[in-house]
Amino acid sequence: MRDVAVIGIGCTTFGEKWESSFRDLFVEAGALALEDAQLAGEKIDAMYVGNMSAGRFVEQEHIGALIADYAGLATHHIPSTRVEAACASGGLAFRQAVIAVASGMEDIVVAAGVEKMTDVEPGASTDTLTGAADREWEGFVGATFPGLYAMIANDYMHRYPLTREQLAQVAVKNHFNGARNPIAQFQQEISVDTVLKSTLVADPLRLFDCSPITDGAAAVIVAPFERAREFTDTPIKVLASAQASDTITLHDRRDISTLDATVIAGKRALKIARCIHKDIDLVEVHDCFSIAEICAIEDLGFCKKGEAGKLTSDGITALNGDLPVNTSGGLKACGHPVGATGIKQVYEIVQQLRGEADRRQIDGAEIGMTHNVGGTGATVAVHIFGRI
Amino acid sequence: MVGIITYGVYIPRYRIKVEEIARVWGANAKDISGGLGVFEKSVPDMDEDTATIAVEAARNALARRMVDPEDIGAVYVGSESHPYAVKPTACTVGEAIGATPNMTAADYEFACKAGTAGIQTCMGLVKSKMITYGLAVGSDVAQGAPSDALEYTAAAGGAAYLIGRDNPIATIHHTCSFTTDTPDFWRREGQDYPRHGGRFTGDPGYFKHVEGATHLLFNQLGKSAKDYEYAVFHQPNAKFPQKVAKELGFKPEQIKPGLVVPWLGNTYSGSSPIGLAATLDIAKPGDRIFVASFGSGAGSDAFDIEVTDVIDSETFQRNAAPSVEQSLKNPIYLDYAQYARHKGKIVMQS
Repeated sequence: MRDVAVIGIGCTTFGEKWESSFRDLFVEAGALALEDAQLAGEKIDAMYVGNMSAGRFVEQEHIGALIADYAGLATHHIPSTRVEAACASGGLAFRQAVIAVASGMEDIVVAAGVEKMTDVEPGASTDTLTGAADREWEGFVGATFPGLYAMIANDYMHRYPLTREQLAQVAVKNHFNGARNPIAQFQQEISVDTVLKSTLVADPLRLFDCSPITDGAAAVIVAPFERAREFTDTPIKVLASAQASDTITLHDRRDISTLDATVIAGKRALKIARCIHKDIDLVEVHDCFSIAEICAIEDLGFCKKGEAGKLTSDGITALNGDLPVNTSGGLKACGHPVGATGIKQVYEIVQQLRGEADRRQIDGAEIGMTHNVGGTGATVAVHIFGRI
Repeated sequence: MVGIITYGVYIPRYRIKVEEIARVWGANAKDISGGLGVFEKSVPDMDEDTATIAVEAARNALARRMVDPEDIGAVYVGSESHPYAVKPTACTVGEAIGATPNMTAADYEFACKAGTAGIQTCMGLVKSKMITYGLAVGSDVAQGAPSDALEYTAAAGGAAYLIGRDNPIATIHHTCSFTTDTPDFWRREGQDYPRHGGRFTGDPGYFKHVEGATHLLFNQLGKSAKDYEYAVFHQPNAKFPQKVAKELGFKPEQIKPGLVVPWLGNTYSGSSPIGLAATLDIAKPGDRIFVASFGSGAGSDAFDIEVTDVIDSETFQRNAAPSVEQSLKNPIYLDYAQYARHKGKIVMQS
């Protein structure tokens, strides 16, 4: 297997992008990534596109070919493949691109993610997202994603010493970081009070515990590490790519407050990268809800079960803490265009490792991790990156 | 010069407070009032509708000035809650004020700006001398679905403007419009309540069009916000007109007399016409008034208006009909159950 590096990155701003269509979004992100790698489109050998549900959000399927076409590559006839794993679509698209390059099948591969969610009404988008859970056993009986994660939160808070205020501090921290990220949907800092006084969505989760509905796209370009310096002075090496699955329903899990797929993928990734937790300088975790960030920090092994709340309230996960989590603002403040999120996480880590993260830069960051979840944890992708 | 010969308003006496609606839906009244800047809204009586409100407003307009109703050659009623899908409200109004039969009439619909579209139509007919006077009314018993954000503001009321050439109380120097196909708010045939695109009704809807019409008019006349004593904007809530006024360079005191939404609610087609009426209620000769309506779908009509000496002359009796301020006094408050009955939300067995 060959070593793989990220040689170019691009991301649209995230938000309610009423002036941009589905195809506008990925064309913009792709063009930015090519520009970043100083690469001409015809050099691309293959593309993988993470997208959860363009069929229901914008009534468009056949995304792989559409993206190649609108990238101006229709006449080059390159293989272009859509990857779908609900909210982990982006993370898995990235992994497919890494595998293609590592195997020697392809050299220059684009991994992109895109979702256009605001063309439908809120009820329709909530229902579409419910497709990431088990439609027969969860969706049809009334469960929504806020509801499922609220069950995780209730179970967790019953068993472990997590306070409502600590949960709110996850959102406060991520908004603080988002306010320092030009692509973030929410650019305002908030207080614990803002979270606690916001509308109750699914007890105990309130509006500010939830990531929003978002339009956006991100793209990165990977290449064999040995060729990376042809394109960039700051190649970022992919140290590990790991993926794991679990039961699609929450109620069939061994423990609903522990995402076993996160535990397994995290362990595999560290083993492949030959790293220990102390080596990781920062991590982008999948905080679709505040409780999800708490679980992720623990399930990835950064602390024991039940300790992530205190880690958060002690400021360990803040920008200036020992383990900065979600320096981008996470899903909460950046927004969560589901198919694009996994690629945006890579975009953030690469920016940090290159030293290009401006007001949210972690000084001396050398190794970073991304953690992308599909559904309530039925699919998890973990990647580790290093500045070489 | 074309201008306003007389005007009149009508606002039903019943009110419901935002906190009473919030109580029923388990919402936080303070957040809603704080977010919208609206505290209560008008509610029609059980036998009031867009037609009765339009008639009352038209009669109040004619009470202020001696005009032979037979000289009124056109009646246009703008509303998005006409009682009939087919059968014009405008005919009822024309008949009630004695303007029939030598007149043209039609109902207009352009969400919340059909009233100002009627004023523009009358201006054209008067200017071309096809008619002596034209009556334009904006009137609504606004619909908002139970528990929808609109329910906190959708109100009832209307204003009537008689447009003519001779001795207007206010000259309309210029009008222009900014219109696009923007689906921010809609109601299909047969549906009881409108639907809307949430925040999409803001930037790509209200702000783009109101600012578009305003800049168009300013550019055509070489004017800016400081050239006006007063400004009136469509007011679906208090926040939108305050924000757009600030962005366009108007000061809070310029929009204050015409900002009636906090204690009235959004009367849809009646909204900016009632705001203009409240401004004319206190205006002096020489005052320059800027008006920009807004209708979802979407468009905005901008007007440059100058008050004349006639407003203080004997031919115009401002006090012969209730002012907007007087119309808002002595409300009768309803609880949600009474409100539901008034609005026909409770279906009685036949």
